[in-house]
Amino acid sequence: MLKKEGEVRIPAGCAIAAMISRKGEKFTGEDIIRSIAVMHDRSNGLGGGFAAYGIYPDYKDFYAFHIFYDDHDCLRNCEAYLAEHFEIESAGRIPTRKVDTIESPHLIWRYFVKPKSYKVAMHKGMTDDEYIVRCVTAINATIDGAFVFSSGKNMGCFKANGFPEEVGDFYMLENYKGYSWTCHGRFPTNTPGWWGGAHPMSIRDLTVIHNGEISSYDANRRNVEQFGYKCTLMTDTEVMTYLCDMLMRKHHLPKETVAHIMTAPTWEQINNMEPDKKAYYTALRTVYPGALVNGPFSIIVGYTGGLMALNDRLKLRSLMAAEKDDMVYFASEESAIRVICPDPDKVWSVGGGEPVIVNVERSDI
Amino acid sequence: MKINALNKSFQELNAAIKKAQNTTSLLEIQNAAGQRYIAAGMEKGRVVHIYGTPGNDLAAYNCGAEIEVFGNAQDQVANTMDGGKIIIHGRIGDAAGYAMRDGDIYVMNECGYRCGIHMKEYMGKSPLIVIGGGAGDFLGEYMAGGTIVLLGIGCNRTMGSMGHYCATGIHGGRLYVRGQVPGDKISKEAKVVPCTAEDLEKIAVYVKNYCEYFNGNFNKLMYEDEFVKIVPASSRPYKAVYVNN
Repeated sequence: MLKKEGEVRIPAGCAIAAMISRKGEKFTGEDIIRSIAVMHDRSNGLGGGFAAYGIYPDYKDFYAFHIFYDDHDCLRNCEAYLAEHFEIESAGRIPTRKVDTIESPHLIWRYFVKPKSYKVAMHKGMTDDEYIVRCVTAINATIDGAFVFSSGKNMGCFKANGFPEEVGDFYMLENYKGYSWTCHGRFPTNTPGWWGGAHPMSIRDLTVIHNGEISSYDANRRNVEQFGYKCTLMTDTEVMTYLCDMLMRKHHLPKETVAHIMTAPTWEQINNMEPDKKAYYTALRTVYPGALVNGPFSIIVGYTGGLMALNDRLKLRSLMAAEKDDMVYFASEESAIRVICPDPDKVWSVGGGEPVIVNVERSDI
Repeated sequence: MKINALNKSFQELNAAIKKAQNTTSLLEIQNAAGQRYIAAGMEKGRVVHIYGTPGNDLAAYNCGAEIEVFGNAQDQVANTMDGGKIIIHGRIGDAAGYAMRDGDIYVMNECGYRCGIHMKEYMGKSPLIVIGGGAGDFLGEYMAGGTIVLLGIGCNRTMGSMGHYCATGIHGGRLYVRGQVPGDKISKEAKVVPCTAEDLEKIAVYVKNYCEYFNGNFNKLMYEDEFVKIVPASSRPYKAVYVNN
C-alpha cells in the first residue's frame, strides 16, 4: 500500500508562477500554462496545480467546493455531510479531458454551496467563512477518501499528479477565464506524491503555492493548531496556508504585516532600527514568535482581488517579478515570464522578506 | 553559426551546441528560454552570443570560452568556472560566480543575492566579477579569493549599493566598492580600508573594460566617487569554532 502524505514527510524543489490583471480583466489559463512549462525541469511530474480567481461569475455568491473522492462510497458519505451542512445549488463532475500521462485515482466533483443559515446562527460569533473552514477541516480530517481541495467563492483550485502543463490540459483550463492565476510544478522526493498534496494548498479563497522547505514546521503547526486548524497533510505549504488564513482573516492583519510576521527581521537588524520601526518589529516578534517562518521558501499567496509574493528573509529561493501595462507577473525564473511577456516595462527580483502585493483596482470582481 | 533555441529542451539545445562548436568560432544562440547549462564546460577559443534569457547554470565549469548575453541572465551563472569571460548586457540572478576560480564576469546592471559566494584563487588563478549596478544581500559570502568590483550605478549613495551581510565569512580576496559602505551592511569578518595606488590601477583596468563593453563614461565612473576596499579582518574567521590540534 502506498503511503499518503501525512504519513511521510516530503522535502521539495519546485516551480511557481503567477499572473494578475490590475484592472481585473479576465484571461484563460493558456498563458500561465505556457509560463510554467518553461520551468518543466524544476518539477518531476509528481504534482501540478493552479488557482484561478474570477472563474465562476454565475455562482459568485456560492462557495465552490472541489472534492477528490477515492470511490463512490466516499462520495456518498461526503454528500451526506454536505447535505446536512449546506444548501447545495449545483453539483457535478469537474470536466476533464484524457491526457495520456495522467492516471486519475479519484472522482473529481464540484459543488456550489451556501452554509445552512440556521447552523451558522447556532454558534456565537460564527461567520460563514469560519463555518466553511470548520466544515472543510472536518471533512478532510474525518471522512475517509474525501478531500476538499478548493472551497472559495468565485475561484477554484485544479490539481493532480503530473507536470503542471499536463494538469492544465487535463482540467481544460483554456475554458476558464480569471483575472488572477497562480501555478505550481512540484518535485517531491520522498513519496509517490498524492493528488491532494499538490499545490495550491487552499482554505476558502486563500491559496498558497510554494517552492522550498521550511524548518519551522512544528513551531508553526503548534501555533495554528491553537486556533482550531488541523494539519492533516504534514506539508510546509499546508501550515503556511493556515498561518496566512489565521493572520489575515482571524486576526484582521494587513497583508504587509502578515509578511513582516512570517519573515521578521533578525534581532540584530531590529536593534539597528529607528525607534518607531524597532517598536513595531519588536511587537510582531513578541506576539507572533510561532508564526515566524524559517528556512528557504518562495511563496505566492492568492486571495480574492490580489496576490502576495514573498521570499524567505535570506532569499534562499529565486523569485522574479515583472510588469507590463496593468499586468503583473511572477515566476521562479525570468525566462518563464518572458515567454508570455517578451517585453516587460520592468523586471525585478523579489527581495528576501520584502513582500510584493498586487491588488486589483476594482471591487466588483 | 546560428542555433534557434525556440522550443528546444536543454538537452536538445546543448547537444546542438556541442555538435556545432567544432565547426565555427562564433556561435549565436537565438530565443533562449530558460534552458540550463548553456556552454557548460566549454573550452578556450569558443565564442557564444546569446539572445533571449538563458537558464540557470549558464557557463558552469567554463574552461575559457567567451560568453556574451544580450539580455538578463538567471541564477548560478559561472558556477565553478575555471576560466574565460562572461559579459551580461543586463542583470544577473542569484549566486553568480558560485565557487568560481578563474575568469572574468562583467555585468551591466545589478546582481542578485550571494554574488561571488565562495570564490577562490590559487597560484596564478584569480577570478573577477564586475557589477555595474547594486548587489543583493550576502555579496562575497565565504569569499576565499578573487576580486569583486561593485560600481553601484544608479544606487542611493548614502544607503550604499549593497544589501546586508556583505562579505560574511570572508577569509580571502577583495571587494572594491564605489561610494559609501554603511557599517551595518558589512559582516564582522570583514573590514573596510582605503584603496592604495596599486588598487586604483587595477580598478582603472576593470572600469575601462566595463565602459568598453557597455558604453560607459570612464571618467565619471572612475573619478566621480571614491573607491574603498573590503578585505578579510582575519584569514581564519571561524578558528574559534574548531578544536585546536
